Amino acid sequence: MSLWKLTVALIAAAAVSGCATTAPPAKSAEAGAAPASAPARPKPLPPGLDPLARADAFPSTYRPMPSHATAVVGASVFTGTGTLIENGTVLVKDGKVEAVGAGLAVPAGYDTVDAHGKWVTPGLIDAHSHLGVYASPAVQANSDGNELTNPVTAEVWAEHSVWPQDPGFNTARVGGVTTILVLPGSGNLIGGRGVVLRNIPARTVQNMKFPDAPYVLKMACGENPKRVYGSKGRAPSTRMGNVAGYRAAWINAADYQRRWDDYRAKVAKGEKADPPKRDLGLDTLAGVLRGEILVENHCYRADEMAQMIDISKEFGYHVAAFHHAVEAYKIADLLAENHICVATWANWWGGKMEMLDGIEANAALVNAAKGGCAVIKSDDPDLIQRLNQEAAEALAAGRAAGLAITEAEAIKWITSNPAKAIGVERQTGSLEPGKRADLVIWDHDPFSIYARTERVYLDGAVAYDRRDPRYQPRSDFDLGQPGEGVR
Amino acid sequence: MRKVLFGACALAALAIGVSAQAETVAVTNARILTAGPAGEIASGAVVFKDGKITAVGANVAAPAGARVIDAHGGVVAPGFFATGSLLGAVEVGSLGNDLSVNNPAIGASFDIQYGLNPESGLLPVARLGGLTSAVVLPLPVGGRGGEDYDQEDDDASKYTAGPGGEGSKSHALFAGTGAVIDLSGHETILTKAKVAMVVPFGRAGAGVAGGARGAEIVALKEALADVRAYMKNKAAYERAGYRDLALSRGDLEALVPVVEGRMPIVAVVRRASDIRQVLAFAREEHVKVILEGAEEGWMVAGEIAKAGAPVLLNPLNDRPESYEELAATMDNAGRLAAAGVTVALESTGGSARVRETRYGAGNAVSHGMSYAAALASVTINPARIFGVADRTGSLEPGKDADLVIWTGDPFEPLSQPTAVFIHGEAQPMTSRQIELRDRYRDLGRPLPPGYTHP
Repeated sequence: MSLWKLTVALIAAAAVSGCATTAPPAKSAEAGAAPASAPARPKPLPPGLDPLARADAFPSTYRPMPSHATAVVGASVFTGTGTLIENGTVLVKDGKVEAVGAGLAVPAGYDTVDAHGKWVTPGLIDAHSHLGVYASPAVQANSDGNELTNPVTAEVWAEHSVWPQDPGFNTARVGGVTTILVLPGSGNLIGGRGVVLRNIPARTVQNMKFPDAPYVLKMACGENPKRVYGSKGRAPSTRMGNVAGYRAAWINAADYQRRWDDYRAKVAKGEKADPPKRDLGLDTLAGVLRGEILVENHCYRADEMAQMIDISKEFGYHVAAFHHAVEAYKIADLLAENHICVATWANWWGGKMEMLDGIEANAALVNAAKGGCAVIKSDDPDLIQRLNQEAAEALAAGRAAGLAITEAEAIKWITSNPAKAIGVERQTGSLEPGKRADLVIWDHDPFSIYARTERVYLDGAVAYDRRDPRYQPRSDFDLGQPGEGVR
Repeated sequence: MRKVLFGACALAALAIGVSAQAETVAVTNARILTAGPAGEIASGAVVFKDGKITAVGANVAAPAGARVIDAHGGVVAPGFFATGSLLGAVEVGSLGNDLSVNNPAIGASFDIQYGLNPESGLLPVARLGGLTSAVVLPLPVGGRGGEDYDQEDDDASKYTAGPGGEGSKSHALFAGTGAVIDLSGHETILTKAKVAMVVPFGRAGAGVAGGARGAEIVALKEALADVRAYMKNKAAYERAGYRDLALSRGDLEALVPVVEGRMPIVAVVRRASDIRQVLAFAREEHVKVILEGAEEGWMVAGEIAKAGAPVLLNPLNDRPESYEELAATMDNAGRLAAAGVTVALESTGGSARVRETRYGAGNAVSHGMSYAAALASVTINPARIFGVADRTGSLEPGKDADLVIWTGDPFEPLSQPTAVFIHGEAQPMTSRQIELRDRYRDLGRPLPPGYTHP
């Protein structure tokens, strides 16, 4: 078979399998694309040419692992809602949190886990990771996180770079991380879509995709884009060039949305209309303007964050979170007023000029502003294993600054607040009835340096057990390598 | 914004004031981690005078006239020692550093002591992490092999191709000599110069030797043979009556203490097989060796212990970041210590994040290292490895009063230092970061933050 014929055959096969999909129909967006039963009207667009035909062209195939009704009994339970319950019981049924409270009765038939003397938290959420897109080993062949060929690459999706066999997913799970936002890098003004993943071993990235999680758009301020493109002798080479670049992109996106709206209005009236040509990058940006895609904005300096807020108002979108944001403490009030979360570190600072003013108390000062939303995140395959320690350092710095912050409050920085920052707060991030039973059992207070996870649950199923090698999954990459199984 | 009153500890810190030189100071009511032969003292006092410790123990009373600092049951520990740090030789990472040189005439002879900056804003930040000493080591010109970045966010530059393929650069076989400093910020922060010679092995060594590992040991042996020839025939060399040697005269001279076994090399090495090659090289060449990196050290722990080679390692390296560290594990530090290896702990990054040294020690403990071994690995062990244990690294009479008072276990993030002494002198408990914090803590003031009045 010639290459050309093979290609045609593959395309045909893909089209057929696409039509025959057994996945449940997506809610609203797919309705217009229902094939045979459509009434007589202007010829419908082929699905691949209509941005709304399949809002998610790479749908999640995530299925929770099998689980059994479980009662975790006797632990100090951080609920992720600001509460610490001593001698708490967490009841888990059908993969969901059923009840949480002190001394609850354990119903018959539940597996009982004795957690007296231990601590329980919600599964940790990392709102900023590059696992899979900058996989280990960090060789050039695995460097897939920055499409540094154009300052605006809204058309790329991080999930198309994610390598599910990155050993870092497993080490992150050992650290209690159950949900991860994987983002493109920050070399571009607009770097592309990020993807929210369930942290389970998987053969495909679709197996990991968090069902019904929103997509996100990665944007970046400051030194990285201007350095990358300035060194190539093209725009942007300055911060003002950065801002011109964002605004031009949103103007294009608004125009694109208007052309589709016009087209659909004409079609609805039965008028003849030429559809705009689909543009993957503008699809994503228009999704932001429609409020369907969250903006996650890498931005260190306070003054730049304030400018990004004004740009968001100029074009009518909302910034879900500023990332890194080491100067957020300088505008904690402004960020809180605008309902913007701050995903930051305690300890990272000083590596470059825009990081120079980073302080350990950043998260605590953000938290202290009325309505402030502080998030501790990793941006790093090592730190993701110890988000609890980074939160402890941020907490200690807040207390040293004279702020009265409880551990129950600070645990939100790595659980419910990141859930909010990445748009999955209705599903996970706290131990409340009806939410996914993502939880961690710790051998010490998670704010202690000595705390290690004993067990990690995803959707009520044991995803990691420190004492049972059967629940210590290793990636394909680790098999047969020196030291296999030591991690 | 809710505020709590300053605790007693903060008041104690304020009360300490400035110079403790020339007066006798007694820190009482403390749990003392001596890191010396006395081990841990459940409750006792440390007395120091004129910058030196005069007494440590459970039954030590404050001498008459001494200024007494009540530790309120907190912990007193030696100031921690930052190993493999970049302190004093870097300010803002992206602006460059004074750690790496690519000059055909200056490799082994590169001496980091002349580039140290006592005014560095990184020193006060490090002190607030309980650090009082550091060894500053050159960075090999081709990077450190498997992974080479200090602290970057997620931009592309951290994933650049490794060194290699540019032909032999003999001078770059040696990265130069490091120094031990104190973190006082005084103009005389240099404690000891020329403490060790950095030599990259493995991938990084292969890069400077022309691209392959097999070339490097050959080139190194040739270079050391040249040094020995130079030592025997200095007169002929000086009148240009001698064969060409691969290194400059300065580099040959700088390597004399190495071939004489007086100065150790710091071998940057990760893979188990490379560690074996380094140990064999050191044995054959009669060179003292310190291993740095050693992510796969645990696989050859017995051989390292038998060779008596100390190891500098980051206890948090547990991923196959490169093909040189496929067997990296958090258990590395504990396993090496258990095998009898002298371990010193490095921190990630080495400069801005060096304050995390104490957390690395805590993680080593939770992954199998004994508390005493972890304490030693951030105090007395690096002091011994770099030849300054007669002055610092433990709380013993006669040593410099380099010590820190903590609210609790110093490895715990929720513990904070309340006082830091270097050579008996109380260090200011502030930094540029603390000033920024206080400037912006209350955003509701009528005047812009730059004005200092209320």
